[in-house]
Amino acid sequence: MESGGFYPFRFIGRLFLAGLAHLGRVSLMCAELFRGLAEWRIWLPRTISEAASVGVGSLFIVLLISGFAGAVTAFQAGYQWQTSLPVYVLGTLITETIILELGPVLIGLVLAGRIGARYAAELGTMRVTEQIDALESLGRSPASHLIIPRVLASTIMLPVLVIIADVVAVGAGWLGVKQVLPVTDWDFAYGAQYFWRPFDAWYSLIKATAFGWAIGLISCYMGFNTQQGAEGVGKSATAAVVTSSVVILLLNVLLAKILLHQ
Amino acid sequence: MIELRGVRKRFGEQVVLGGVNFDVREGETVALLGPSGSGKSVLLKHINGLLRPDTGTVSVDDTQVPLLKREALAQLRTRIGYVFQNGALFDSMDVFENVRLGLSDEEKYRDLEYSRERVAECLRLVNLPPETVKKFPAQLSGGMRKRVGIARAIAGAPKYLLYDEPTSGLDPVNADVIDDLVIRLDEELGVTSVVVTHDVRGAFRVADRLALLYDTLIVLEGTPEEFRDSTDPRVRAFLERDFDSSSFAA
Repeated sequence: MESGGFYPFRFIGRLFLAGLAHLGRVSLMCAELFRGLAEWRIWLPRTISEAASVGVGSLFIVLLISGFAGAVTAFQAGYQWQTSLPVYVLGTLITETIILELGPVLIGLVLAGRIGARYAAELGTMRVTEQIDALESLGRSPASHLIIPRVLASTIMLPVLVIIADVVAVGAGWLGVKQVLPVTDWDFAYGAQYFWRPFDAWYSLIKATAFGWAIGLISCYMGFNTQQGAEGVGKSATAAVVTSSVVILLLNVLLAKILLHQ
Repeated sequence: MIELRGVRKRFGEQVVLGGVNFDVREGETVALLGPSGSGKSVLLKHINGLLRPDTGTVSVDDTQVPLLKREALAQLRTRIGYVFQNGALFDSMDVFENVRLGLSDEEKYRDLEYSRERVAECLRLVNLPPETVKKFPAQLSGGMRKRVGIARAIAGAPKYLLYDEPTSGLDPVNADVIDDLVIRLDEELGVTSVVVTHDVRGAFRVADRLALLYDTLIVLEGTPEEFRDSTDPRVRAFLERDFDSSSFAA
């Protein structure tokens, strides 16, 4: 007999089953996605235009955020600075902080909001207005027409935007640190190169690629499975941003452990 | 031929179809009537495999639709044109691209010259001027969107046409235009059609046979005359709500 009480085991059981259902549907979507790769004549032109839209559309916010992030990193480093350390270490600190962590994570989180919400809302609206049903009823694959271009565009463009963000943020950090401490250009460049390993750049790009893939896949999944009209579209967009952000933070920890501590 | 046998479908706790039997023979136009929310569109979506029944069989030309694999289902769908209730046009594409997507043959789809000719032909069939091709769905009226939806559905020269509420939301004059179009396309293209509607007057105009879906089941299937003469209280309640029987006696 059902009553109004709270049953923790039942609640946990339902959450677990709901999680498994999501996992199953995401796996099916991945399978559809790989199957749809054969239809390259359909997804390739759409991917190019989608990637251009993501790149150009996100450029301003990426420049703005990376510029501020680089400057603030420099000012805070200056605030905590101990005079016993050589000043060239500031070049190392700012460059490594930005390239290893701030660049990919900040841009990943911003784009989770910007393109994640857009993808989920676009596909969600297409779902509730039966456009996805229409595509299927025409014998065409929603994977190659809608999902592959979006997932590939975010996977390709996130590393590109992170490279731009890293360059701008390091530049802003360089300029910023000169305003608060007596650091010369030579000191900064020397420090930046002193601890530099080419793997650091690869690490930044690997993280950006993983974040781009996660944003594309999660937001397309949320939008594709939208239900119940305008309210459902709103819920999908919110869920896409929240889930993408959480997954980015989880991936960040996971990749740091796997790639930096082998 | 389309055959549904014992089709049951539920969404959560709500039973929508409770063991429906429904036939459509080649060349005929069948109107599926029923109150709003009675499951007419759900039944229609079983025919082209957009939905799968919980139990029961759905066959089109002796092919079991729910058992088809992805490629075979896509192939079957190229023979079934589907007209959605609100057009379901792709709002990021212009009318030309929308109708062109209806071309089921990939070679023909890529042939731009053929596509242009075929799109123009389809727009002519639905009484839309050629200059409509450059417009986007947001620039079209409700009636025009429905006609573009029909043009897209016929672009691939399907054998079957499924109409989901083709006249809903239209004024009586535009509803008549769409009904005339359904009749003309049946005659000119020789397609087999299923028209889902709650517009009794329109159903009597376009259909060779009618079926009433009521409380999860088909309660009557027959000719317009059989419907008119039916004493079943559910049929009478549904028909007389729209208009008195003298209106469709003519």
